[in-house]
Amino acid sequence: MGGKDGFGPIPIEENEPVFHADWERRMYGIGRLVLTKRLLLLDEFRHAIERIPPAVYLNATYYEKWMLGLYTILIEKGLATPDEIKGGLPVELLPTVRLKPTAKASVPRVKPRFKKGDAILTRNFISRLHTRMPRYAHGKHGVIHADEGIFPLPDTWAHGGGPNAQHVYAVRFSARELWGENASPREFVYIDLWEDYLEPGRGKSTRRRAGS
Amino acid sequence: MADHHDHKHDSDDDQAAARVKALEALLVRKGLIDGQMLDLIVDTYENRVGPRNGAKVIARAWTDPAFRKRLLADGPAAVNELGFPPGPEGVHLIVIENTPRVHNVVVCTLCSCYPWSVLGLPPVWFKSPPYRSRVVSEPRAVLREFGTELDDKVEIRVWDSSAEVRYLVLPMRPEGTEGLSEEELIELVSRDSMIGVTQAKSPGAKGGSERRA
Repeated sequence: MGGKDGFGPIPIEENEPVFHADWERRMYGIGRLVLTKRLLLLDEFRHAIERIPPAVYLNATYYEKWMLGLYTILIEKGLATPDEIKGGLPVELLPTVRLKPTAKASVPRVKPRFKKGDAILTRNFISRLHTRMPRYAHGKHGVIHADEGIFPLPDTWAHGGGPNAQHVYAVRFSARELWGENASPREFVYIDLWEDYLEPGRGKSTRRRAGS
Repeated sequence: MADHHDHKHDSDDDQAAARVKALEALLVRKGLIDGQMLDLIVDTYENRVGPRNGAKVIARAWTDPAFRKRLLADGPAAVNELGFPPGPEGVHLIVIENTPRVHNVVVCTLCSCYPWSVLGLPPVWFKSPPYRSRVVSEPRAVLREFGTELDDKVEIRVWDSSAEVRYLVLPMRPEGTEGLSEEELIELVSRDSMIGVTQAKSPGAKGGSERRA
């Protein structure tokens, strides 16, 4: 939701407790356990949460989203039947169907395509699958700041399509590139992006300042 | 959304409580999770792992230049020296340093990724749509809501942790703290300063949005 308008002030709570209710404690523990036990992948869990219908998503608290996402995954992975969760999850909260990625060889790409200082352009694609490419950075010029190492590609990993491990880079974008000419020239956004999200760039639109 | 909090109406809360209870019962019945393990995890993240860990790391970095160097070069290894294992959400920790010219602030616009090993679990505001939507596009306005005014000349870097790397901000050591011990310095390192929405506290200053843990 990066860059969306209209959400109002930040809801800062003084002396905030770690959990606001006992059910939040339980939900946190349940979520951690199912991930630790590899009953599901973190990317699958994230994808289930992303598929919560928008109006429900925006009104749900953090641990409610965990709950809705987990109910969904349990059914999709055959760990529970719809009958068993009756009374747990109402039908109108069921997310949209989980899609399969288009077939793609799962060969780790060990050799990095980019290096620090390289100009890149982010690919402009709308994904119906899980992705970690934020929409506000589609089709933008940036500069590779650092190579973070090799990680599974969420876009296939979350859908049973293989890890497609590849390099992830911290990419530096100027606020002007992302938000337009009224943005401050003294603001930059760094986003961690998978190699598949990037193409070689031409430009110097986000040239690094020396020594900073 | 302005009044969006994790505290909602009691009826919503009751409904969520019932659904989570049913979920736990189902998973236990199927032998997929173990209630005692669950208690242990909750206790760890409610009572043992929290921003105090991060504050110890920062205070050490302020007082020990060699440690600071190691921390910036290899976050998880340096943090582990102080007895804080990486755990989940801490394996790929990168520490980013504030300077008089550069101020860093961290967000996860896609969900709520957060460096649990050093900060514990995130506050509600970090997970809220207003923070996640706005800090990337208007960081100075967001920082002002936390009472943080930065000079126009300062470069702001917003880190959107969209992958598995987790970021911890190393705030600047406040002025007038030369004579303070490491223990006293720890008290100045707020959770919010390690996310980057505030600076570290000045000696004698009180307040902030945080619970003392």
